Amino acid sequence: MFEGITRGLSEALKKLKGRGRITEENVREGLQAVRTALLEADVNYDVADAFIQRVTQQAVGQEVTKMLDPSEQIVQIMYNELVQLMGPVDAKFHFAKDRPTVIMLCGLQGSGKTTTAGKLALLMRDKYGKKPLLVAADLQRPAAVEQLKVLGQQLGVDVYSEGAATPDGKGPNPVVVCSNAVSYAKKNSNDLVILDTAGRLHVAEMPMDELKQIDKICKPDEAYFVCDAMTGQDAVHSSKAFNDALDLNGVILTKLDGDARGGAALSIKEVTKVPIKLVGVGEKLQALEEFSPERMAQRILGQGDIAGILEKVARVQSEISEEERLRQQKKLEKGNFTLEDFRKQFEVMAKMGGMTELMGQLPGGLSQMIPEGEDPEQAVKRVQGMIDSMTKKERDDPDIIDMSRRRRIAAGSGVEPHEVKQFLGQFDQVRTIMRQMANMSMWQRMKMMMGMGQAGMFQPGAQMAKAKIGTGHRKSPKERAEERKKKRKQDKKRK
Amino acid sequence: MFRAIFQKIKQGLAKTRSLFGSVAELFGIRGRVDQQFLTELEKRLYLADVGTFATQEIVTRVRQAFLDKEINGDVKQFVKDQLRSLLTDASPGLRYQPSGPTVVMIAGVNGSGKTTSIAKLIKLCKDEGKKVMVAACDTFRAAATEQLTIWSQRLDCEIVKGQHGSDPAAIAHDACEKAKARGFDVLIVDTAGRLHTQTHLMRELDKIRRILTKQIPGAPHEVLLVLDATSGQNAIAQAENFKKTVECTGIVLAKLDGTAKGGAIFGVKQKLGLPVKYVGVGEKPEDLEPFDPEAYVEALFE
Ligand SMILES: Nc1nc2c(ncn2[C@@H]2O[C@H](COP(=O)(O)OP(=O)(O)OP(=O)(O)O)[C@@H](O)[C@H]2O)c(=O)[nH]1
Ligand SMILES: Nc1nc2c(ncn2[C@@H]2O[C@H](COP(=O)(O)OP(=O)(O)OP(=O)(O)O)[C@@H](O)[C@H]2O)c(=O)[nH]1
Ligand SMILES: [Mg+2]
Ligand SMILES: [Mg+2]
Repeated sequence: MFEGITRGLSEALKKLKGRGRITEENVREGLQAVRTALLEADVNYDVADAFIQRVTQQAVGQEVTKMLDPSEQIVQIMYNELVQLMGPVDAKFHFAKDRPTVIMLCGLQGSGKTTTAGKLALLMRDKYGKKPLLVAADLQRPAAVEQLKVLGQQLGVDVYSEGAATPDGKGPNPVVVCSNAVSYAKKNSNDLVILDTAGRLHVAEMPMDELKQIDKICKPDEAYFVCDAMTGQDAVHSSKAFNDALDLNGVILTKLDGDARGGAALSIKEVTKVPIKLVGVGEKLQALEEFSPERMAQRILGQGDIAGILEKVARVQSEISEEERLRQQKKLEKGNFTLEDFRKQFEVMAKMGGMTELMGQLPGGLSQMIPEGEDPEQAVKRVQGMIDSMTKKERDDPDIIDMSRRRRIAAGSGVEPHEVKQFLGQFDQVRTIMRQMANMSMWQRMKMMMGMGQAGMFQPGAQMAKAKIGTGHRKSPKERAEERKKKRKQDKKRK
Repeated sequence: MFRAIFQKIKQGLAKTRSLFGSVAELFGIRGRVDQQFLTELEKRLYLADVGTFATQEIVTRVRQAFLDKEINGDVKQFVKDQLRSLLTDASPGLRYQPSGPTVVMIAGVNGSGKTTSIAKLIKLCKDEGKKVMVAACDTFRAAATEQLTIWSQRLDCEIVKGQHGSDPAAIAHDACEKAKARGFDVLIVDTAGRLHTQTHLMRELDKIRRILTKQIPGAPHEVLLVLDATSGQNAIAQAENFKKTVECTGIVLAKLDGTAKGGAIFGVKQKLGLPVKYVGVGEKPEDLEPFDPEAYVEALFE
């Protein structure tokens, strides 16, 4: 998607490179792609339009420098604008001094309120030293009370409940339960009360009135709107209605552990001006994080959650023994990236899960390993099969693999000889990239991950970026081995 | 029957009309089909989550057929017909097996409305005179089993369940045995919510499916993916991955009683050909309706 944005922009701005100023006309066409991308990311239509307007205004009249591609300039503007719109983050919590602080969670059905209540209780206890009381104020949904009790039990946190209502609406009243809970908290020395209210539609009058009642009687210090990150255009309606009813203090965006682009974050912020406080990134109770406008901006623009991926990589890599990692890094530095290492990388990636998503975000050579339409898991198995069919010697020095070896490997792994050849060609590319990566700064690596440039851009004189031009003569493995040796020598000299 | 939802959707829409005009209003405009009109049309389709593909498709077709012509009932009918043509035909609903239990597996992302939809399906099947059993295969989420248990009690239906944290495939196995032995007509299998990007959880779902197939020939006969009508374009990715893993046979579009229009089903149909079988229009067991594409398109317009 991000590629789509940049491509659209660079097409439209090609003529501009290196001279003149950006004009509205130049920009308009280019921003069409951005607009579509935002809409595909579920940013509200009007919000997307307003956003494009603002970016256009800022871009128009900007001097085009020789150093930057105009499209990069605009991407930068967009990114900054997005970050600004979704920020600033207000990560602080304000606690009352002389009485229990009351936090109320509300939102549509199934958005994640109850789970988030559990997550908040854990955060408040462990990070802020609070003694929270969870309040089961959803008397409606079957087993909603039970669900909160189980979470409380898992965490060892107090839960207040008066049971559930009967299907015909008899039994305790949520407003009364909440107000009783606050009194109970004082007696029970709970300095924090978290109200888990029932899910409700913002257009349902009675339930919304009930929420206003709770608000009036319990006077929560904080009212948070819990919203599913997968929400589409409707996010503006629901968030506005809840904000109108309650004067929200914050938004918690849940289920961000999936691949939703999360345009709702921008829409909600635009419409309500209420800061996004926290994000839910999993079903486990630890999976609650501070909101980062920078990450969210990357995500909406479709750059992939770079920081997230880096973290994920780091996490998985720490699973591999430190020693192994050091060894690999040393090898990488030496440019000795073997098939054995490649295999391990692949395994690491497989472990991280979400191959399809991940592959899209890796530098060129790697994603090409998977032919379009093929199941990534299947492709990984295929590649592993080929590597498994090689001898140790071949794995350490694939350059020795000639026709007959290729046939043997193909037979051993149930693929065609030309597939082995193709794979080795791709591996060769990856090896070059890896060698370059070893010398790159973190920023350069990230840029590369983002697919913002070909590897060659950062490495003047690098061999890989050159487009392959057919010479009519396929080099023998031996010839290629010779060439490689030469290259290695050159690389060493350059250092 | 669809009238009811139609009414509900209308009510919801009436409340938001102050925010955004409806598609229908657009056709009240006097004048000619020009760029401004087309942009307005595009906007209203996008606002219904219809998504880029179907929206562009329809705007292009309208431009080709009506540019510079007067805005009138023909244009309106044309847009309706186009929208309708991008949806599947009305679906026959659950297909019961001539003999042995009909197995219906339910899947979807977290909180989309699976368990509640099962309550609704229990009622539907029972109303059709079937003997229904449910399998509580969500052993992960807190009190998920209790939730389904309460529904099964209220609806007077048999339930097979296991310990929290136990293997859902084992419960599925157990349920198949019981359903066969005791002559149940329908077995509905609840599963834990999972994001389609979670490979290991998708594999677990596949495992449940395989157990069902092994125990009862041809099972699961229906695999219904529950989509939340409030979700936007991500619903397409969900459908894509769930279909790949468990070969869904249809969609239940839940929570259509709010202001969201669930337009993502256009993308789901276009990309995957999956039909919407039912729509959820409330939290009670009776709040389920068979999907009627004509009425849906009408409702989009109102
Ligand atoms: N993957 C993922 N799942 C989540 C997250 N937060 C909540 N869930 C899941 O979403 C589903 C719904 O969560 P609940 O906490 O029950 O939602 P709720 O808003 O309380 O629902 P109602 O009370 O029925 O309106 C459950 O399956 C949760 O495990 C999250 O951040 N990531
Ligand atoms: N308004 C409305 N609410 C619904 C509808 N279907 C389900 N819900 C509500 O949505 C919330 C989540 O529903 P569940 O059936 O628990 O969802 P689920 O997919 O089983 O959730 P997990 O098992 O946690 O993944 C509950 O509060 C339901 O009452 C519907 O059609 N309309
Ligand atoms: Mg809840
Ligand atoms: Mg459920």
